[in-house]
Amino acid sequence: MVTTETETRKLSYIQAVNEALRQEMERDPAVFIMGEDIAGGAGREDQGIIDSWGGPMRLTKGLIKQFGKERVRDTPISEAGFIGAGVGAAATGLRPVVELMYVSFFGVCSDQITNNAAKMHYMFGGKIKLPLTIMTGMGAGLATAAQHSETLYSIFTHFPGLKCAVPSDAYTGKGIMTTSIRDDDPVIIFQNRQLMGLPASTHVPEDPYTLPIGKARITREGSDVTLVGIGFTSYLNNQAADLLAAEGISADVVDLLWTSPLDEEAILDSVQKTRKVVIVDEDYPRCSLATDISALVAEQGFDYLDAPPKRVSPPHTSVPYSQPLEAAYMPTAEKVVEAVREVMA
Amino acid sequence: MTITTSIDNDKLLWMYQMMVTIRRFEEQSKREADAGKLRGMHSSVGQEAVPVGVCAHLRDDDYVLGTHRSHHHCIAKGLDLNAMMAELLGKSTGTNKGKGGTMHIADINKGMLGANGVVGSNIPVAAGVGLSARIRGTDQVSVVFFGDGAANQGTLHEAMNLAGIWKLPTLFVCENNRYAESTPVEYSVSGESIAERASGYNIPSVIADGQNVLEMYEIGGEAVRRARAGEGPTFIEAQTYRYNGHFGADNPLTYRTQEEEDYYEGRDCVERMKAHLSQTKVATEDEINEIDKKALATVEEAARFADDSPFPDPEELTTDVYISYP
Ligand SMILES: Cc1ncc(C[n+]2csc(CCOP(=O)(O)OP(=O)(O)O)c2C)c(N)n1
Ligand SMILES: [Mg+2]
Repeated sequence: MVTTETETRKLSYIQAVNEALRQEMERDPAVFIMGEDIAGGAGREDQGIIDSWGGPMRLTKGLIKQFGKERVRDTPISEAGFIGAGVGAAATGLRPVVELMYVSFFGVCSDQITNNAAKMHYMFGGKIKLPLTIMTGMGAGLATAAQHSETLYSIFTHFPGLKCAVPSDAYTGKGIMTTSIRDDDPVIIFQNRQLMGLPASTHVPEDPYTLPIGKARITREGSDVTLVGIGFTSYLNNQAADLLAAEGISADVVDLLWTSPLDEEAILDSVQKTRKVVIVDEDYPRCSLATDISALVAEQGFDYLDAPPKRVSPPHTSVPYSQPLEAAYMPTAEKVVEAVREVMA
Repeated sequence: MTITTSIDNDKLLWMYQMMVTIRRFEEQSKREADAGKLRGMHSSVGQEAVPVGVCAHLRDDDYVLGTHRSHHHCIAKGLDLNAMMAELLGKSTGTNKGKGGTMHIADINKGMLGANGVVGSNIPVAAGVGLSARIRGTDQVSVVFFGDGAANQGTLHEAMNLAGIWKLPTLFVCENNRYAESTPVEYSVSGESIAERASGYNIPSVIADGQNVLEMYEIGGEAVRRARAGEGPTFIEAQTYRYNGHFGADNPLTYRTQEEEDYYEGRDCVERMKAHLSQTKVATEDEINEIDKKALATVEEAARFADDSPFPDPEELTTDVYISYP
């Protein structure tokens, strides 16, 4: 195989999403970004201060210099206000990307998301478009305790009218951002903080590309067990697949990428092949994606199964601060391997 | 402003000692963070005078609610330094048994109803605490500390309106340290001041030099007196400055200038109080040194205590979610 330069173009998650935002802003003047500290040091251009933060995760670094403060707009800490403003802007011809710093803060602005963004298209008889993208950070493992570390995609997946995406690496991060900005429905992109902290390691094409909405991908082909992951847990599942391979167990790894729409077919096809499934989810265990998928497999894939579906989720508790407790709380590759041994037994 | 209250010497010395203790505690916390033992910490260095001046008027049965940046509120409210430092290190002897950490320190026995990591989230709770005192017929007061950034959350406005219509014994203390993360207050706040927002809710407000503990003491005293007497809420905008970055890894010089930092650090609350104590001969140099030494020793003891304490048992992960859950 010939390795071309583009095939070895490795970006970090943050670089990849940053590139998607930049390319979409270049492509379409209707795209603009709002959020807290997305540029930083707001209002001090005359002192030569501009773009001091470039976003809490640096996802928006450099954009204000290229597109100016009208289109890269720092906000006060008023999530109900500026996410609601995102809804209004989307309903009237713009394509806002709005950042909710961490999804644990969604309660501050959930009315705007679940009552306005999710419902306006339906309530108004399908007569308006709402091309709003909300990007939000999430995930435990950084010792930020109960109010900053949650992984809350299931609660939004619950709401008809919202599309929910959970990228699992730089490649899907860029593709999902581009896809969401171009889509006419409201999309929430859930971005795991540990994934955002990883160094550049994934091939990312420079040219803009979209990914099919609601389609999972298979990151490892295998025949003994299906591992279903969502975002960061897909990353863990790939590690678990390596550990399992060393034990002679071949895992088929389904990386969901979207929780709404959900790629039921990809899950069922894989389970049909392997006859065993472990679902790995960092969100709370009750009424979760893991329970949803478990129900799907039980209802529609029952005949394929050699063992009951197995879930790896945190316990039904808030996220603890203390590092040993937090480590015990989170799914890990080792816990996935353990669960696989149980379904294989 | 001119300070009209005569403050007895014990109070003056207590306030100095508290501010120094907070400063040393935060320096130690930073060392723990640098050593990787503590994560996600927001330093309160520079802002010590604000809670110290206010809490000087509070009893153990009065309530304080804080923010992500609350070590100074907790110390000023009399929390145990050993238990606080243990909490920062996630130890089982911590104020919250290691479950809450730096952003959530709480101690109900001392009236510390918790630091809160969601900006603005604590403010309506404080109104509820004031309401509770009213309904229970006590003269307790609630004090909520929050930042200039939090002044832009709807929760503040809803809570002020409640406190206004119900005349709640609640102090709204905005620590205006000029920044919310990297965002300057002059960008984020529409209007002349944060304090003037209270007038829309018929709540008296005052702008205080939050780097002057005597002024904070005077203003806090009047606000607490009003609250206890049933005269309702007060809004205090304490103008102060955080000397460090927003959190450990933040370099504030990417959004503010060295001159500005120098200006505010030149008005340091601890140094000004030290000068006041010696000028007014409330304390000799030796006595001041003695307080300084004691503050350092208690902080060092807290660090030792935290280090020697065990991490929580793994079973602790799933306790305390409910009181009972059959
Ligand atoms: C609802 C919510 N939005 C955003 C954040 C992230 N955040 C944490 S602290 C902070 C800045 C707070 O500024 P301010 O209220 O002035 O307090 P300071 O940090 O200056 O003490 C932000 C935006 C949060 N914790 N909660
Ligand atoms: Mg502030």
